[in-house]
Amino acid sequence: MLDALLSGDYPRSRALSALLLLIFVSLAFAPFLFPGTVAYQTYSKICVFIVLVASYDILLGYTSIVSFAHTMFFGIGAYAVAIALRDVGTGWDAVLLGTGVGLVISLLAGLAMGLLSLRVRAIFFALVTLAVASGFLILTFKLYTFTGGDDGIRFSVPRELRPSFKLLESDLTGFDVIGFLTTGSLQDALFKVSVNGRVVMYYLLFVICTLLFLLMLRVMNSPFGRVCQAIRENEFRAEAIGYRTVYFRTVNVCLAACIASLAGSLMALATRYAHPETFLSFGVMVNILLMTVIGGMGTLYGAVVGASLFLLAETYLQNGLGWVHARVEGIPLLADVLTPERWLMWLGILFVLSIYFFPKGIVGQLRVWAQARRARRSAGGDGETAAAPTLGRR
Amino acid sequence: MSAPPVLETEDLTIRFGGHVAVDRVSCKFYPGTLTSIVGPNGAGKTTYFNLISGQLPATSGTIRLFGEDITRLKAPARTHRGIGRAFQLTNLFPALSVLENVRLTVASRLRRGFDMFSMADRHRDVTERAMHYLERVALDKKADVAAAALPHGDQRKLEVALLLALEPEVFMFDEPTAGMSVDEVPVILDLIQEIRKQQDKTILLVEHKMDVVRSLSDRIIVLVNGRLVADGAPAEVIASPVVQEAYLGVAPAAAE
Ligand SMILES: Nc1ncnc2c1ncn2[C@@H]1O[C@H](COP(=O)(O)OP(=O)(O)O)[C@@H](O)[C@H]1O
Ligand SMILES: [Mg+2]
Repeated sequence: MLDALLSGDYPRSRALSALLLLIFVSLAFAPFLFPGTVAYQTYSKICVFIVLVASYDILLGYTSIVSFAHTMFFGIGAYAVAIALRDVGTGWDAVLLGTGVGLVISLLAGLAMGLLSLRVRAIFFALVTLAVASGFLILTFKLYTFTGGDDGIRFSVPRELRPSFKLLESDLTGFDVIGFLTTGSLQDALFKVSVNGRVVMYYLLFVICTLLFLLMLRVMNSPFGRVCQAIRENEFRAEAIGYRTVYFRTVNVCLAACIASLAGSLMALATRYAHPETFLSFGVMVNILLMTVIGGMGTLYGAVVGASLFLLAETYLQNGLGWVHARVEGIPLLADVLTPERWLMWLGILFVLSIYFFPKGIVGQLRVWAQARRARRSAGGDGETAAAPTLGRR
Repeated sequence: MSAPPVLETEDLTIRFGGHVAVDRVSCKFYPGTLTSIVGPNGAGKTTYFNLISGQLPATSGTIRLFGEDITRLKAPARTHRGIGRAFQLTNLFPALSVLENVRLTVASRLRRGFDMFSMADRHRDVTERAMHYLERVALDKKADVAAAALPHGDQRKLEVALLLALEPEVFMFDEPTAGMSVDEVPVILDLIQEIRKQQDKTILLVEHKMDVVRSLSDRIIVLVNGRLVADGAPAEVIASPVVQEAYLGVAPAAAE
């Protein structure tokens, strides 16, 4: 059962399993664990970005395709839904129409990009994606009447997703974990959860994101996924053993594009707002890249860890620093450095440290450690494994 | 040699700028025959192989496989038509396991590459066939090791295992034993001998060790400066003045 769900691709590190489980459980019960609007926006965004970053990982990490156009697909999905809900109606039919149109456009754009990679070298391909993405961004700003330009698009969502919609009459009780950990008061940690449209929206998003992630895990562990890895390892040889690599790359780009598009549609639906800055800007693209690298390329689980840590740091570092600052006030140097205003610097330092200590990304490094531990243990056990390599060389 | 040729090159030529690396080579290769291609370093042997298996496009000339003109086909298409190639410079999927290297090749042969929704590890038949080929090159014990972590000799064996896994009609070995230690060489030579005994396969072998060439070959052709300068039975070709002068004259260093 678990084998089929995870497609036989286990975390392969106890620390990683624990971390993933913690993230999964936190997200699965998020509305009941983290009160407040900021928290809601953060855990929704984490779900979407796990999928978005994972879909980038199947390009960069699994197939070594460097593309800077990933936010374009994210934006296509978001804008398609936004425009459909603005112009067609606010029902589920408009949601489906927008999502579908976004998917088709992303698929076609991905197809064009994939076939382009037939003609040009990797570095040129990367530059072209950069050019196409910036063209798309400029177009979104310019086509004011259609895209809302710099104002973005605010739109209404189906009734069931609105905050005013009540799924259950009575409220449920949640447990504020962070509040409990910081105040220690059990009483204050309990809070009311009104099961409204926002909660419905979150669970819709959570379920779809989980399914999309498991789908990617499956595809990357299928024979197709193995060929992608072969292309990353040695494209020349992949051709020589009979794989026409450009077709595989194209299918891969299309898959990543479609999933990014779906992630965009979901994100737009959850925020009821489409804006170039949140969906198309290069800031977002750079963040996706950072999350992929920090989490660990070519692992998919890296997307879970990378997106979660990155977005938490981005959202809460400032608050966290404020909290720390209040405690070190009076201590000369420390108080100056640990101020909320310096959060960006600390974010930078965190990234540099993570790249320095986890050159293979967090997931890659945890696996390396786990493997080293297993090797040590079996070497201590019978000495057989340790001796094998030298035996082969003779 | 009454059977029709499996593979044929006609005036096959490739030019790199002004340098003609393979120069109007016409040659027919017959089933059940092992043809050795000898010649000094830089003679164009590897380039000739690259032209046949599709890694390089011919400047002019024709390549035919079972009578079909394959000159314009890309490498993957030629592979699926039965041309198999082992490379002189080891050319593997370094971070993937030894088993995965072979499984990829078997899956290609079975055209499973576009299967996106089944688990690769559950394709039992692929794994079994892959293990079979690993056994044939005596690498089955190291199936789980990353290809990059293998010692050089084992990488050469894996290179050959990939060729076997393609189950080709035409086997092309480019210096398969180069850099191998003395006790590893027999595994590869026995394998080549085995394929040869099947009678219906066509084997092309580039090899520097003259004793190996002499004992394995049914026929030898000699390339010098991209030209085919001699073609015939082993004893006869080795004894011919052109080989003595053009090849063996400069070869002893390479042969040791
Ligand atoms: N891709 C290439 N571009 C330019 N020159 C090449 C290329 N490949 C091979 N050559 C040249 O072609 C000649 C034949 O090389 P090669 O076929 O490797 O010789 P051999 O395998 O007989 O030792 C050499 O002079 C080599 O430098
Ligand atoms: Mg050579």
